[in-house]
Amino acid sequence: MEQLKEFQNYTVNFGPQHPAAHGVLRLLLELDGEVVERADPHIGLLHRGTEKLLEHKTYLQGLPYWDRLDYMSMMCQEHTWVLAVEKLMGVTAPPRAQYIRTIFAELTRILNHLLFVGAHGLDVGAMTMFIYCFREREAILDMYEAVCGSRMHAAYFRPGGVAKDLPDGLEEKIQAFAEDFPAKIDEYETLLTNNRIWKQRLVDVGVVTAEQALDWGFVGPMLRGSGIAYDLRKAEPYDAYAKVDFDIPVGKNGDSYDRYLVRVEEMRQSTRIILQCLEKMPKGDVKLQDFKMSIPNRTDMESGMESLIHHFKLVSEGFNVPAGEVYLATESPKGELGVYIVSQGGSKPYRAKIRSAGFNHLQALKKMLPGHMIADVTTMVGTIDIVFGEIDR
Amino acid sequence: MTSEKLDRLQMEVAARLPGFHVERLADALVVHVTIGSLLSTMARLRDDIALDFKLLVDLAGVHYPDREIPFELVYQLLSVHHNHRIRVKLSVKEGELVPSVARIWSCADWYEREAYDMFGILFSGHTDLRRILNDYDFHGYPLRKDFPVVGLVESRYDAVRGMVVKEPVRLGKEDREPFRQSP
Repeated sequence: MEQLKEFQNYTVNFGPQHPAAHGVLRLLLELDGEVVERADPHIGLLHRGTEKLLEHKTYLQGLPYWDRLDYMSMMCQEHTWVLAVEKLMGVTAPPRAQYIRTIFAELTRILNHLLFVGAHGLDVGAMTMFIYCFREREAILDMYEAVCGSRMHAAYFRPGGVAKDLPDGLEEKIQAFAEDFPAKIDEYETLLTNNRIWKQRLVDVGVVTAEQALDWGFVGPMLRGSGIAYDLRKAEPYDAYAKVDFDIPVGKNGDSYDRYLVRVEEMRQSTRIILQCLEKMPKGDVKLQDFKMSIPNRTDMESGMESLIHHFKLVSEGFNVPAGEVYLATESPKGELGVYIVSQGGSKPYRAKIRSAGFNHLQALKKMLPGHMIADVTTMVGTIDIVFGEIDR
Repeated sequence: MTSEKLDRLQMEVAARLPGFHVERLADALVVHVTIGSLLSTMARLRDDIALDFKLLVDLAGVHYPDREIPFELVYQLLSVHHNHRIRVKLSVKEGELVPSVARIWSCADWYEREAYDMFGILFSGHTDLRRILNDYDFHGYPLRKDFPVVGLVESRYDAVRGMVVKEPVRLGKEDREPFRQSP
């Protein structure tokens, strides 16, 4: 006699090599038909032991590791590290360096959000967005290259300032870009914002209330999408953010669509910040002239022995940081990126704990996903804007 | 945080948490708790209107092999409504059970898994204490100070056996760190 066997749930491995997994996410999904019953994200496939390595590098050598954390918003990662080291040392960068860092932090925010919009569009089937967004990303990556010689892993921000001043003509280029860019955002919005398919895939998917967002440790656009106007650039202003005027967009319903709108508006605000910074930026030094901490100019090194000695000491031994501890966070494009440094004196940190935004956002997937259809999984993975470099560290 | 704000927070904390050692750093306030008082203190910090630490921002483990109590857990809390932060520290002995705060803040779940994975700190009341960042079959606790940077095992493909094998790291520390003599 034919026996009918009834299947209830089955488990699907989403990733680690799934094109919509944004890297190496292994997501175990327990499905009932097409509905997700349980989700268990497995992370660590990109774990490189950055925290352990930082303990064994000088503060300057540790800096490039930060580019490789969230490799889609490189300079914002450096920003946390240099500000934390400056705070431990009790110094502040010269005003011009602060403005340059603010400009590049905002350019990086645009860079990250462009990837978010593009990749999120690609996830839910809007292929064109990806190509449009990469056109503008290219322009920003050219600015990266102009300023530090590298398109992605910049190592441009340094404790005590930035590595070099802006090359001639770059200010005008950034100005032209920032003036031009809002029109480009309009272009993206004509493709997506009122697009019927886009709205069907995003509206009311992944609703997070304000209480849930706090309980799950959300920060950045994820928290603001749920209606809480908390932005570290306003709450604890660093560098030049206190001197510029900008708005914090917040969402209303806390769904994926609101988070998309928040990020699009943040790009507009970033262009505002960039334009104001360019206008207010003073002339002057771009790094501290204390060469016990910042590397001397190359031209001085070629003629002066003292500069050469300083350079040698800085790149071999590094500078000594007084004992103490600091927790410092900046508003990276994905949210609060913090570092907790324990220093016991000497040129290397005793412990550096990286607090990345994506870590909490990803762990909330196991709470957000149950009850959604399997097609919404890609929307949810896209909306939290994850990059595994910062989650796995 | 500005120093006036820290003063105010210090007064609030001292009034609400009598008997606790509250340390004032240049830009932060640190509360030292014990294992017995952790859960009640944390619940107080979250639920009291004047403190309102609704967000657990970070949980870091630190290893001090020279100390009598070798581990320290550092919780960073944030109140988005008052815009103030506090740091809570807890000293933990080897093998001691720390009550899980995952019932107070859901996001503590993965942070505690990470502390377990990296330092071998055990949490009681945690529903799912597995390794998180390291490999499924990893041995040891990599962020302890006695764990070498190069690791303990290395893997390679064994063509004869047709599989990936793990062997003890052959390169000595000396070969991998040519500049280790420099300070």
